[in-house]
Amino acid sequence: MKKYTKIIALLLCLAMAVCVFAACKKGGDDTDTTAADTDATVDGTQTAAGTFKIGLIGPLTGGAAIYGNAAKNGAQIAVDEINAKGGIQFEYKAEDDEHDPEKSVNAYNTLVDWGVQVIVGPITTKPAVAVSAEAYADRIFCLTPSASSTDVIDNKDNMFQVCFTDPNQGTASADYIAENFAGKSVAVIYKNDDAYSQGIRDTFVAEAEAKGLTVAYEGTFTDATATDFSVQVNASKSAGAEVVFLPMYYEPASVILKQAADIDYAPVFFGVDGMDGILTMEGFDASLAEGVMLLTPFSADDPDAADFVAAYQEAYNEVPNQFAADGYDAVYIIYEALQAAGCTADMSAADICEKLVAAMPTLTVDGLTGDGMTWDASGAVSKAPMAVVIKDGVYVTP
Amino acid sequence: MSKKLKKLSGAPKRDYFSYLLVTAAFILITALNGGGLLSKQMQGLLVPVCCYIIMALSLNLTVGIMGELSLGHAGFMSLGAFSGVVVSQSLITAVPNDALRLVISIAVGAVVAAFAGFLIGLPVLRLRGDYLAIVTLAFGEIIMDVINCLIVGHDANGLHVIFNFRGDKTVADLDLAEGGVAIIKGAQGAVGTKTISTFTAGFIIILITLFIVLNFIRSRTGRAVIAIRDNRIAAESVGVDVMKYKMIAFVISTTLAGMAGALYGLNFSMISADKFNFNTSILVLVFVVLGGLGNMLGSIIAATVLYILPEALRGLQDYRMLIYAIVLILVMLATNNPKVRNLFLRIIPKRKSAEGGTAK
Repeated sequence: MKKYTKIIALLLCLAMAVCVFAACKKGGDDTDTTAADTDATVDGTQTAAGTFKIGLIGPLTGGAAIYGNAAKNGAQIAVDEINAKGGIQFEYKAEDDEHDPEKSVNAYNTLVDWGVQVIVGPITTKPAVAVSAEAYADRIFCLTPSASSTDVIDNKDNMFQVCFTDPNQGTASADYIAENFAGKSVAVIYKNDDAYSQGIRDTFVAEAEAKGLTVAYEGTFTDATATDFSVQVNASKSAGAEVVFLPMYYEPASVILKQAADIDYAPVFFGVDGMDGILTMEGFDASLAEGVMLLTPFSADDPDAADFVAAYQEAYNEVPNQFAADGYDAVYIIYEALQAAGCTADMSAADICEKLVAAMPTLTVDGLTGDGMTWDASGAVSKAPMAVVIKDGVYVTP
Repeated sequence: MSKKLKKLSGAPKRDYFSYLLVTAAFILITALNGGGLLSKQMQGLLVPVCCYIIMALSLNLTVGIMGELSLGHAGFMSLGAFSGVVVSQSLITAVPNDALRLVISIAVGAVVAAFAGFLIGLPVLRLRGDYLAIVTLAFGEIIMDVINCLIVGHDANGLHVIFNFRGDKTVADLDLAEGGVAIIKGAQGAVGTKTISTFTAGFIIILITLFIVLNFIRSRTGRAVIAIRDNRIAAESVGVDVMKYKMIAFVISTTLAGMAGALYGLNFSMISADKFNFNTSILVLVFVVLGGLGNMLGSIIAATVLYILPEALRGLQDYRMLIYAIVLILVMLATNNPKVRNLFLRIIPKRKSAEGGTAK
């Protein structure tokens, strides 16, 4: 009996090991998605002529997974398009950071072990701040699609952004409201345990003051209280606010819209890029979003984006949001920058970083999220913000 | 009686084995790292693993030895982390030596966490029942919100602190002089920390922690704590001051958590309060439970394996968390199943006597 148990244990161990390796194989197939790359690995040469290794870091699981997966998918489409063109080729790999700075540094280290040459990401702000310090020390070029805090790029020459910085969004929103809704009183509801929301609110209020807007009410919420806004909505109603500024992601915004409709409160709701995605949110009555205004760099109904939207829908069965477009643009910006800087794939990540840092300020890229995007040495992008209003379930330029 | 004494005198052997194992692991890893054999991914995991080991040892003291549940241990870690970061960033010019600054920061982090543990223990440890679990759970959540409201900066005039109670203050309200830096930016967390934690520091703190915890268990105080855990009424009847001994154990536990926090906070250039949430507390509790309540070596091994596992499984992409969950369940089943335990005991006969030596 004793012998049998040992043998059975051994067999079970073997079975487990086999399972693990089988899963490994499958996982490997999933990641190495580019055709060019599989050829390269068969030959045993890691980077064939002109094949750059680019890595993406973002939340692929957990609460922020929609953003990470959208950017990952968007970037994948760009990689496939570029590889199909010939010329510079990309080998692409995405690592999960669960929207956690600690895990993000782990993901970054994993990519460095893999031999990454240019990084797209991290997608979300807090992980991006943590990784930026590491990447700065290691001299690896990072272009984040959507981490919008200035802390991401401050004092780090190798960090660049595709999205607006939070202060830019706050200022642009205040300017737009001051211009189009002059003399009306404004309420702000924001999430005070979130760097993104707090960052936009801070510059919005500062700019609103400068432009002579009156902020009649400010309401806050946190992750734990993001399910009920009756206090904040009632308070903005009794404060007589005619414009309600919502610098937040779309889930809490959807609750606010619903609760405002319930008490027949219909001010102009004004959102920022995090509001993008509200129309495709499951279980949300999109008619409640009628008349909502938002500043967004990307609209899926834009004719320029039609090809991308079609490709995305075919591959992933959903309408791409702004994060997907940011991811797509990020890969194309890197593509343009690599060409402009004259990099070759056999250069080290540090050499590529120096060349790209020098090349970025000279670059002008037309992308899905803005025409004529340019960068200054700080890493912040300059492009025109676009305000849209939701009418009949689509974005319309007012 | 003589048999019992023999068991007790045999116990330190197991302690020495723990020290030896930790030291051997440290030497091995340092050698591997020196030889360039360690991947960057593994290098990045070294300090966090040390932090989680210290956390697991600290929580094991509360859960395994004292027999009380703490569901907000990450809250004490958070206090240690943020106070450590504030101290370190403020002293950059005054104490240019990284190692010295790290020691000061960890000491301050430990004191702050110890004080919080004392305040919480004061009312709660007098009560019977699950109150410590309830209060620490609340403490973990409260401390997260408090730190989210905290804006701290440092300039030539010293430390500036604002408590952003109404949510309308920003870093600009600190009125920092020229050359001042914001250390904690409220909800945005502590950003731009100069990272000074090292694996060697982590190793030394693990050794200190092990030394404190293992000797505590064997001390007069530790035996009193164990007696209270096993039978409170009997302990009281022989004159053991329940409140006092529980307080000593709990404050030691939170002090160690504060040290782990300071080490953790100074290992990342960015930390935010929401990292130290309920999930982190439970993660550490999982390490403790799977490693075995009251079993310090088990905590060390469980923390190491379970922390590295999801990172080592990165190659499996989307399946890795699934596998991680299955491993957790398997370990739980394996360690609790009497048949499997017997099998292990048969394979490693030496463990039998060691197992008998620990207080269960």
